[in-house]
Amino acid sequence: MNRYPVWKYAIIVIVLLVGLVYALPNFFGEAPAVQVSAAKATVKVDAGTQARVQEALKAGGLTPDMLTLDATSVRARFVTTDDQLKARDVLQRAFVPDASDPPYVVALNLVSRSPTWLTALHAFPMYLGLDLRGGVDFLLQVDMKGAIDKRAESFAGDLRTSLRDKNIRGSAVSRNGQTIEVRFRDAASLQAAKQLVQDQFADLSTVDSQEGSDWKLTASIKPEAARRLQDAALKQNITTLHNRINELGVAEPVIQQQGIDRIVVQLPGVQDTAKAKDILGRTATLEMRLVDESTEGRAAELGNGPVPFGSERFLDREGRAIIVKKQVLVTGENLTDAQPGFDSQTQQPKVDLTMDAKGGRIMRDVSRDNYRKRMAMLIFEKGKGEVLTAPSINGELGNRFQISGSMSVVEANDLALLLRAGSLAAPMEIIQERTIGPSLGADNINKGFKSVMYGFIAIMVFMCAYYALFGVFSSIALAVNLLLLVAILSMLQATLTLPGIAAMALAIGVAIDSNVLINERVREELRNGASPQAAIHAGYDRAWGTILDSNVTTLIAGVALLAFGSGPVRGFAVVHCIGIVTSMFSAVFFSRGLVNLWYGGKKKLKTVSIGTVWRPKTDGTAVVEAK
Amino acid sequence: MEFFRIHKTIPFMRHAKVLNIISFVTFALAVFFLAHRGLHLSVEFTGGTVMEVAYQQSVDVGKVRETVGKLGYPDVQVQNYGTSRDVQIRLPVQKGQTSAQQSAQVMDALKAVDPTAVLRGNEFVGPQVGEELTTNGIKALAMVVIGIMIYLAFRFEWKFALSTVLANLHDVVIILGFFAFFQWEFSLAVLAAVLAVLGYSVNESVVIFDRIRENFRRYRKMSTVETIDNAITSTISRTIITHGSTQLVVLSMFFFGGPTLHYFALALTIGICFGIYSSCFVAAAIAMWLGVKREDLIKAPPKRDGDPDDPNAGATV
Repeated sequence: MNRYPVWKYAIIVIVLLVGLVYALPNFFGEAPAVQVSAAKATVKVDAGTQARVQEALKAGGLTPDMLTLDATSVRARFVTTDDQLKARDVLQRAFVPDASDPPYVVALNLVSRSPTWLTALHAFPMYLGLDLRGGVDFLLQVDMKGAIDKRAESFAGDLRTSLRDKNIRGSAVSRNGQTIEVRFRDAASLQAAKQLVQDQFADLSTVDSQEGSDWKLTASIKPEAARRLQDAALKQNITTLHNRINELGVAEPVIQQQGIDRIVVQLPGVQDTAKAKDILGRTATLEMRLVDESTEGRAAELGNGPVPFGSERFLDREGRAIIVKKQVLVTGENLTDAQPGFDSQTQQPKVDLTMDAKGGRIMRDVSRDNYRKRMAMLIFEKGKGEVLTAPSINGELGNRFQISGSMSVVEANDLALLLRAGSLAAPMEIIQERTIGPSLGADNINKGFKSVMYGFIAIMVFMCAYYALFGVFSSIALAVNLLLLVAILSMLQATLTLPGIAAMALAIGVAIDSNVLINERVREELRNGASPQAAIHAGYDRAWGTILDSNVTTLIAGVALLAFGSGPVRGFAVVHCIGIVTSMFSAVFFSRGLVNLWYGGKKKLKTVSIGTVWRPKTDGTAVVEAK
Repeated sequence: MEFFRIHKTIPFMRHAKVLNIISFVTFALAVFFLAHRGLHLSVEFTGGTVMEVAYQQSVDVGKVRETVGKLGYPDVQVQNYGTSRDVQIRLPVQKGQTSAQQSAQVMDALKAVDPTAVLRGNEFVGPQVGEELTTNGIKALAMVVIGIMIYLAFRFEWKFALSTVLANLHDVVIILGFFAFFQWEFSLAVLAAVLAVLGYSVNESVVIFDRIRENFRRYRKMSTVETIDNAITSTISRTIITHGSTQLVVLSMFFFGGPTLHYFALALTIGICFGIYSSCFVAAAIAMWLGVKREDLIKAPPKRDGDPDDPNAGATV
């Protein structure tokens, strides 16, 4: 009656093993490490960088305990902080030759002490939230209306130019908020203009109307185009923020989108909010200039002469010198979009650029006069310029043109991103800001951990005293619940915050509910005279419906918190929801497994160790049966 | 050990009227205090700057208040936070000044008085974030209530769903009433606790209703009132033990969790106490007033086709 088939035990064993492996990294603590990450969007961190780090450390007489490469950084782990500091100096010398223009960020960090085999299994410790480790936390709001207004303005300019090019006369273009109004004196022009918008402005939708003797065409940005625009603006802002924050030398900055128009920036370990804000607000600019292809210029490019008057020397991404004229043709302000794609004829990767009307006009004039010459695109950050690319002009350019040539798909993507990332797509403001000192963080984690531990011990003591052996089973189930909860949170790489720890403590309280329900039910069955085996069976069976109902209702509350909560409430809700699910497994399935293992095989079971089962006697005197 | 040795079914429902009047009065009081005093909302809802400053020795809050007041903050709040060496200072949003400027200015003034002052934490929230949190909080509350009602109506019956939700809203309003009366700080963590209580306290009612349904099936002769009494009596030991153990954990958070978890644990404590009470007396009693019957929970077997009195109906040859 109370036996599990082998497959059920197998499930239990597998779940326990997996849980143990993934919960394990959390118990190893953290070791000092040095992290090397890119300081500029033009620098990539890859296997080559890892090899360089290894070489540099070897040359410095240091052997890292572990060397890892992830998407954005190389990390070297050391046993002592002494080695860590030495390694930082060594790597700083090797990777940052010029402190005023660092290509890489070399930062001190903490990395999990867990052994390599765990890391190989992708078992990582939970990520600690800022309230537990200290740092600065910003919430930035992107002004989406501003971005769309700006875009509408550039559409208005483009439309004006196109109408003029098409010789559609008597039109007056004006922008009214996010819509563009064009007035005509006759219906034929209106029709022609409508056709033009349909052909050339895929992102606009039009409505025409008649006002007195005037015809009016109202163009507005299509909702899906507006959404795309917002999305692109947000992504561009995030990229720009990335580039800027890299400069702070923060080991693991978090820059994430939140909702449709917000960006969360978390800088662990940073205390200087003023500097952080300064850097967040800085702007980078993109400029397009002609390459100086005079004889003197070429000579200077090869290093055989001085830079000619009226030109400047810049380095490109590979470190080659390029001599560029000082005159700026267009700036990033005139660039409205840059998208990677494929050339339909040559099937080569390309980057499509879109300029606003003013930029397009300049490009047309410049390209006509400078056919077959090279044009450089420069990005300026902190007053220092760098050449992103310097393609040659192969035809007359308009407000849309492409850069193609020997690029890989990745390079095209990178270039498009860089061209877009030069400046913020839309203005941002800081709407929330939190600083948590490192001592406060350590305090929080310590207190949170203590409250979970003491709560757990108190319940365990009570359960064992009150329910005897069944209390022991319940306590083990509770420990398993906690283990699984930690394992799942680690697997999800969820960020653990103080409210998350509170939810963990609460999960212990709620999880024990199921065990109490079961144990009480078993006692009740025994009280009513059922045989021990039948009582266990009925106890688990009957309690199950109740446990399911009560957990589903609790889960409803958890999901609502998850859906509408933000920040700390979300942190609470995630742990709360997972805790409910793991408690169903551990309290019902796992604890039953333990009971079955212990009692299931005993055919002539006389008594069950579940504490006192008290029976009222019919004559009113009670008898207490101690087991 | 066995705490509860109950000889007979306790006639809970006999006292339902008195208890319901008591809970109605508490509820009304809570509503009164909420309306009269309002909640002392945390910076997350109102917007503003909160600074946590640590000193080496215990510090006179009055002096800190005076120092900050001199900077031109008329209604600045200064209070001890955790220990007597830590103070929390709340500054309202000031036009033309960023929060960093505000906190730098305050820290300069404090350091001039006592150079050992260290800024431990600083938090700034813009007003629009607060507005959003309030609407989201209300949405979450509505979603929990509707979700639970739908689930209970589906699993049990609408009368139970209604009474459970009424009982639990009663808990929530009473928690809020406590926070309004004592002017405890109502933060996001407290909001999370309130919503967790809502889910948690429904547990109680569900356990009792489950038992009522079972009793209806098992004891066909019992009246509704007796059935409810019996259900509450037979689950009371589980109810109290469960809540007791949850309370153990919550107390552990209250005592060891530090100031951040203080009000969170407090809200849970009130929620647990009223949760027991409301599910025993309020939910079951409302269900009783609503006239729960055996037929509501136990669906009649589907009628066969043909004449029900025909002795040969359904017979096959």
